[in-house]
Order: sequence, then structure tokens, then C-alpha cells
Amino acid sequence: MAAKPDLKLLGMSVSPFVIRVRMALHMKGVSHEYIEQDLFNKSELLLESSPVEKKVPVLIHDGKPVCDSPAIVQYIDEVWAATGPPILPADPYERAVARFWTAYVDDKLFPAYVGTAKAATEEERTQQINEMFAVMGQLEEAFAQCSNGKAFFAGDSIGNLDIAVGCNLLLLEVLRSMYGVEFVDTGRTPLLAAWAKRFGETDAAREVVPDVHVAVEYAKKRQAYWAAAAATK
Amino acid sequence: MAGGDDLKLLGAWASPFVTRVKLALNFKGLSFEDVEEDLSNKSELLLSSNPVHKKVPVLVHNGKPICESVIIVQYIDEAFAGIGPALLPSDPYERAIARFWAAYVDDKLVAPWVQSLRAKTEEEKSEGLKQTFAAVETLEGALRECSKGEGYFGGETVGLVDISLGSLLSWLNATEVISGTKIFDPVKTPLLAAWMERFSKLDAAKAALPEVDRVVEFAKKRQAQAAAAAAASETNVRA
Repeated sequence: MAAKPDLKLLGMSVSPFVIRVRMALHMKGVSHEYIEQDLFNKSELLLESSPVEKKVPVLIHDGKPVCDSPAIVQYIDEVWAATGPPILPADPYERAVARFWTAYVDDKLFPAYVGTAKAATEEERTQQINEMFAVMGQLEEAFAQCSNGKAFFAGDSIGNLDIAVGCNLLLLEVLRSMYGVEFVDTGRTPLLAAWAKRFGETDAAREVVPDVHVAVEYAKKRQAYWAAAAATK
Repeated sequence: MAGGDDLKLLGAWASPFVTRVKLALNFKGLSFEDVEEDLSNKSELLLSSNPVHKKVPVLVHNGKPICESVIIVQYIDEAFAGIGPALLPSDPYERAIARFWAAYVDDKLVAPWVQSLRAKTEEEKSEGLKQTFAAVETLEGALRECSKGEGYFGGETVGLVDISLGSLLSWLNATEVISGTKIFDPVKTPLLAAWMERFSKLDAAKAALPEVDRVVEFAKKRQAQAAAAAAASETNVRA
């Protein structure tokens, strides 16, 4: 049996980007050491390993750090190509489509989430919430196109795009808990709603995604931090 | 080129993101149809090929559209893997590093720089430039590490990061002509300044990069239009 890899993941349990990488590692069945980071008090190891962005996730393989979740996921897919299912599809065109929607989710969904949580007025919050609904509508169409009638974005089993979108489901639950808004709505986005249920039941999701109250607690801590920072300006 | 490959690039000559795709196609030695879009009157083909963003560039390969410049460049590298040089290294770690820096160019250099060009206030403009120069300094370090003493981010040969950054050269030169500001200052960032010289001399680059004079004219016209619009809206407010 191959020796255990020297693999560490620096993360923060409720970050969707970290969840995404943990799902990728789970898909490939790669054992690794997970080290939870305190983002309000960043460790030496984090600052050394991610000197440019100082962010999580960082994957450290044989002492060499890899940063940026899309780059990390593709790295995992390539290094452990011989193990487990492929994360990205093999066909170049399908890979381009998967990358396109991953970039879309990262550019639109997470900023809208942060915007909603950070909004100083009701008006601002409503604007951000509407942006989220628009994104979900777009993703509903993407699912119809990519899944070809199958259970997941990638087909019969999960792939890159499933984990790229799926890692954000926790955030949507946080917003539901805090503001009573339902973004994964069987009325508005029936395909996504059904997919979200299936995705939540996968091993990867069960193993890696924390409880919503952990995420809500973190969100509140972040909000307090932003409020304090705004007050001192 | 492989038989029967139909490549159309829907673009706009001034866009560095479009230039980026032309660079990739040129470095790979691929021929393509260069379709100039009127961005104020977008074609049916563009709107149906990129319904989500409705933007250029779009590469249409045998009728199938690929969008987003960095994604298109990786597609070109993968779909035409047997043809011309590889644009990404073969080692997974080096590929991850290249992907990281390509994303950095767009997120940390291009974004604040565009902000400074479009700024409506002096404050916005100087904040944008400050962030741009900070990113340039970081990229100087990246070039030192990635090039390993050779000429490019890709080492001996041009790679994804060279193409991502190289697509900006005409605009970098135009900025110097218009405002006197050298974004790649040869004193502060000597490696980048030398890299810029070296890259501009490559045939593939010369064929893809728009003429600096044309970009200067375009930028000045746009600045004038923006100023006129700002003045007009001020008049409306006063009235």
C-alpha cells in the first residue's frame, strides 16, 4: 500500500471554499491532517503558507503550499488521478463548462452572501437578497443543461460543479436561519431544490459539512467584527 | 492544424481579454476567424453564445461556445494538446502555481487598474493605482520565483501567466503615453520591465497585441465621453 501522503489542509470549518476542498479530498479518499484556523488571529503557518492572500484553504503537500480553492481542487484531481472518481470531466469542452459555472458561483454567490450579511440597511439587504435569487435562477438553468436529466451536475455521481455549488448550501441555510429567506425553493428552482436534497445526503456532504448553528455563530461573530471595524472608522 | 477544426473568436480589438485568447491561439499556431463585435450592438451569435454574461471574448469551436478568457486559454491548451507548445506545465504543482498567478493578475492587478481608469474622483483613482502598484510588486516576486532564471513566468517558454499578463501590454504602454505613468517601472520592478520588452518582441505577441496609438486614441475618446457624461448629469442635477 502506498505510504500515507504528507498532506495538511489549513481550513476553517464553515468556509465554503474549505468545504469544497475537503469534499474533493473525500472523493479521492486521500488521508490528510486537517488543521482548523482562527481567522481572527492567523497562525504563523497560515501566514507563511499563504503569504500573498493570507487566506484559507491552503493545501500543504510534502511541505509545498497550494492556494486558491479552484487551483487546489484541480491539483487534487491531477495528483490523485489514479484514485477514486475524476473530479473534473475528461472532455476539454465539458471541463470548460464546469470551470465556467464554478467561476460564476464564486464571482456571484459568495459576494452576495457576504453582502447580505454585511448590509447596513434593509434596502441594501433586499438588494443583495435579490441578487442571490437571480444567481439561483441562473444555476437552475445551468443544472438543467449540465445534468442532462441525471441526478447531479456531473451526471450519475458528484463532480467538480456539484461540490462548487454544494459547498455554498450551508451559507444559504445560514441566511434562512438569520433572515427567514428560502433560497433553495421548490417553487422557484425545483431542479436545484431536488439536487440540494440529494447532495446533502452524499457521504462527502455528511462527512464534511458542519451543522448550521456552527455557521450561524461564525456569521454573527463576523458581523460583530465588521460592526466594530465600521464604528472605529 | 487538425482537419475540420472551425475556430471563430468573437471579440473587440481593444479588449485585453480578447487579446489574451489571440495570444493563446497564436502561440499554439492555430488559425481562426477573427470576428469583430460592435459592443453597442451585439450580434445574435454573441448573445446566444454567451447568454449569461453577453461579453467578449467567446471562442466558438466547431459551433460550441467557450466563455471567459482564462477558461478559453486552458481549453485551447487541452483541446489542442498535441499541437504547438503546451501553455501549462506538465507538473501538477507548477500548474497550480500558474493557475494561482493567472487568477491573481485578474483579481488584484486588472480589477483595481480598471477602477483607476474609470474613476470619477481623484480619491478613487489614486486608491486604484495604489492597489495596482502593490500587485505589480508582488508579481515581480512571482516572476523571480516562477521563471527560475529563465525569461518567462512559464520558464523557458511562454505559459498561462505570461499570456494573462501579456494581454495587457498595449494598455500598459498606452497608460504611459497618456499619463506618463510606467506601471512596470524598470527601477522598482526590473524583471517585469525586461519581461515586457522580451514578450513584446515575440511574433505571436506582435500579431495579437493592438497598436498602442490606436489604444491611446480609444482611451482618450472614452475619457472624453465619460467627462461629457459627468458634466451633462451635473447640469441635469442643477437644472
